[in-house]
Amino acid sequence: MAAQSSPQKHPSIARRMIAEVLFKILGICSLIIAVGTLVLLFGALLFEGVTRIDWQFLMSYPSRHASQAGILPAWVGSTLIMLVTAVVGIPLGVAAAIYLEEYARRSWMTELIEVTVTNLAGVPSIIYGLLALGLFVYILGLGETILVAGLTLALLILPVVIVTTREAIRAIPVEIREAAYALGATKWQTVVHHVLPYSAAGILTGIILALSRAIGETAPIVTIGALTFIAFLPPAPFTTQPPYLSFDWLLSPFTVMPIQMFGWVSRPGEDFASNAAAAGILLVGMTLAMNGLAIYIRYRMRKQVTW
Amino acid sequence: MQLMSKSIMAMQQTIPIKSLDAVAKAAARRRARQRREWAIEGGLFVAALTSVAATVTIIAVLLSESIGFFKTVPLTDFFTDTLWTPLFAAPHYGILPLLAGTLVTSGVGLLVAIPLGTVAAIYLSEFASSRLREIIKPTLELLGAVPTVVYGYFALLVVTPGLQRIWPDLPGFNMLGPGIVIGIMIMPFVISLSEDAMRAVPMILREGSYAMGATRLQTAWRVVVPAATSGLVAAYVLGISRAVGETMVVAIAAGQNPNLTWNPLEPAATITAYIVQVALGDLPHGSIGYQSIFAAGLVLAVMTFTFNILGHMLRKRFREVY
Amino acid sequence: MNLTDSSHAQGWPKSLKAETRALSFSYASRLALKNLSIPIGENQITALIGPSGCGKSTFLRCFNRMHDLYAGNRYEGEILLYPDRRNILAAEVDPIEVRMRIAMVFQKPNPFPRSIYDNVAYGLRVRGTTERYLLDEKVEQALRSAALWEEVKDRLLARATSLSGGQQQRLCIARALATDPELLLLDEPTSALDPIATASIEELLLDLKQRVTILIVTHNMQQAARVSDWTAFMYLGELVEFGLTKELFTTPSKKQTEDYITGRFG
Repeated sequence: MAAQSSPQKHPSIARRMIAEVLFKILGICSLIIAVGTLVLLFGALLFEGVTRIDWQFLMSYPSRHASQAGILPAWVGSTLIMLVTAVVGIPLGVAAAIYLEEYARRSWMTELIEVTVTNLAGVPSIIYGLLALGLFVYILGLGETILVAGLTLALLILPVVIVTTREAIRAIPVEIREAAYALGATKWQTVVHHVLPYSAAGILTGIILALSRAIGETAPIVTIGALTFIAFLPPAPFTTQPPYLSFDWLLSPFTVMPIQMFGWVSRPGEDFASNAAAAGILLVGMTLAMNGLAIYIRYRMRKQVTW
Repeated sequence: MQLMSKSIMAMQQTIPIKSLDAVAKAAARRRARQRREWAIEGGLFVAALTSVAATVTIIAVLLSESIGFFKTVPLTDFFTDTLWTPLFAAPHYGILPLLAGTLVTSGVGLLVAIPLGTVAAIYLSEFASSRLREIIKPTLELLGAVPTVVYGYFALLVVTPGLQRIWPDLPGFNMLGPGIVIGIMIMPFVISLSEDAMRAVPMILREGSYAMGATRLQTAWRVVVPAATSGLVAAYVLGISRAVGETMVVAIAAGQNPNLTWNPLEPAATITAYIVQVALGDLPHGSIGYQSIFAAGLVLAVMTFTFNILGHMLRKRFREVY
Repeated sequence: MNLTDSSHAQGWPKSLKAETRALSFSYASRLALKNLSIPIGENQITALIGPSGCGKSTFLRCFNRMHDLYAGNRYEGEILLYPDRRNILAAEVDPIEVRMRIAMVFQKPNPFPRSIYDNVAYGLRVRGTTERYLLDEKVEQALRSAALWEEVKDRLLARATSLSGGQQQRLCIARALATDPELLLLDEPTSALDPIATASIEELLLDLKQRVTILIVTHNMQQAARVSDWTAFMYLGELVEFGLTKELFTTPSKKQTEDYITGRFG
């Protein structure tokens, strides 16, 4: 059985290989458009705005003169609103997730909760703005304040926190829970001693992602009536007299970073465009840093998981 | 673990149940524990109800303000009038111009996001090495996290000037530039969902195809994509929902004038841009102008609800298959 | 290998379809096959048996280069495919070309989620056949060969996933046969099936061997005894014994083989 007839190369292979290579090129081009945009965008922002970022820009109030304008009230407003959002949104979201994963029984009520969570995750953010305008601002009469903005964003991040917390909790094997029950722990003890600590990194990732989304939101805040030009700071949360804490800031008018940027983008003139770009750099830098941190935690977590 | 069980044994030895009194005490402790557990479960349940409450409130607020609006404006006018000028002396309340603006900008976005996103997802799922995928996926996530107001800046001050080199007559506000930017913006979302759908297709189907002598491209196109169809369509539908609800990009770069046109080279306001424009002004609560943004919001909410429900139904069906 | 020298007349197929020579294979870091030299007789059924994890499926998957799909896998040695005596593991050989000559049926039925017709026509279509009459003819032929035609001829456009498990597996065999492969690989093709479906597939294999050489992995020794002409017993990635099935099962020459076929381990 000596070797004979050299193998005939099938004629269709070459043609198929060409198609294969062409598709690979197409695929890489699509990815470059998707990812390259991030680079191009950040490059354009840096080019336009990086020279505007200095101490004066961070510590000044808005001004009619672009070169004197700054973002002090904006970042203070963003920080305070994030505080309200975190204090309200995180406990609510985590508690709801624990209920859905650990306690809820199959029933129409559970079904309804799950459907609304999924649905809320897809509601455009401006609709949350309308909700807040109708409910918080007028029906509850809270006005166009930091408290309202914080509550609005807390509702906005609720589905994100619930979904990511549930995923983190679900990753914990049932054997762990059974081990705790077998030792006589109650359901709540099992949750507090085991489920939450073991899923903490995952939950934290979700919280960071949620806050990073909230910090960049513009539309709902515009809708409830944030001002784009504000030349004062909310009252300080600390006072010199007892009880040393003050919550007056909750009911103060405010502006936030994305709104400040929006205000500047909408104004004609090269100088204000530079200001907008500078605010954009800070905004993008902040969200990217938060997301990068979340991705890093998730990556570390994946490496350490032992079950 | 061993240590733990030892200490529990020790505990059991120190609490022997002797008398009836002790039994009663134990029962009391158990009741107290159960009450605490119920209270906790109740608290958690209330937290979970927030999402239902939020959904109900959204619907209630939109409906109640819209009812006020539709008392003044007949539904037929709302859906047939071709002008939207609620703030003018001679007001017209036809939603069509805003709807057209929304559809054109979303349409442009989808023309960008669906083909490019699908190709990129096929490449990532079927061709790319796992190393490349590990790098690209987090990067796409970062892209999706950039605040939309920054994309608005990009549309107005980078993309539109770029397009004006091709069409010198293109106005500074137009629907093409923001449409393209919306497309790029929702692309990471479309890629991510499509890639998930394709990776859920079992490896054994791919092996079946390769074993027949198919190339990667043939396997991707003839086996993986058809097998993932409902997952892919779900990704597109959820992408549409995002495009329709996108606000800041169009509010910044598409212009503020309601304009009934299907030409993406013209400026036109969308539903979302109109809401922003009105909210920026100072309209008295209860006026028809104030109510009009809720009516517009109701139309938007109905559209996105529909797309979301459709998308999630498709996804669920897809998940049930695999 | 000494075993071939001692009984060349009876212990070695007369006419070969393929043969492995000193074939070794490793996953990223683990050596899974060690120095295997096994002949595959033409128009015969060769069975691979051995306890789980012995490498029999790994061995089978070498034949159509399935391992190329995953990074880090390495082959050593040769698999010669006759009549052209080509080493299909050689770096310059395109795995796709190999797969066009050697077909495979998997452990779990894996019909594509498309119509019955499209499944069977798939191999021809990826080879560029578009003429409807050619496809129709081949599909019918393949389905008849897989003894499925009578059951599905009225619903060729129905989804393949609507078939029963046994029918799905016969469909996968039909899909593999439609391209007239020279060698058919079967990886425990009946392990997911009930006894009746298993019997019909075994019967089918006996019919098919007139036309195509068959290499089958099975964990079921009765199955190997029933259908195969030759049997290779593998253990821990090595070949323990190879021979005519009826001899290997009645008078095994190695203690290990005897222990395994009498059920003392594995």
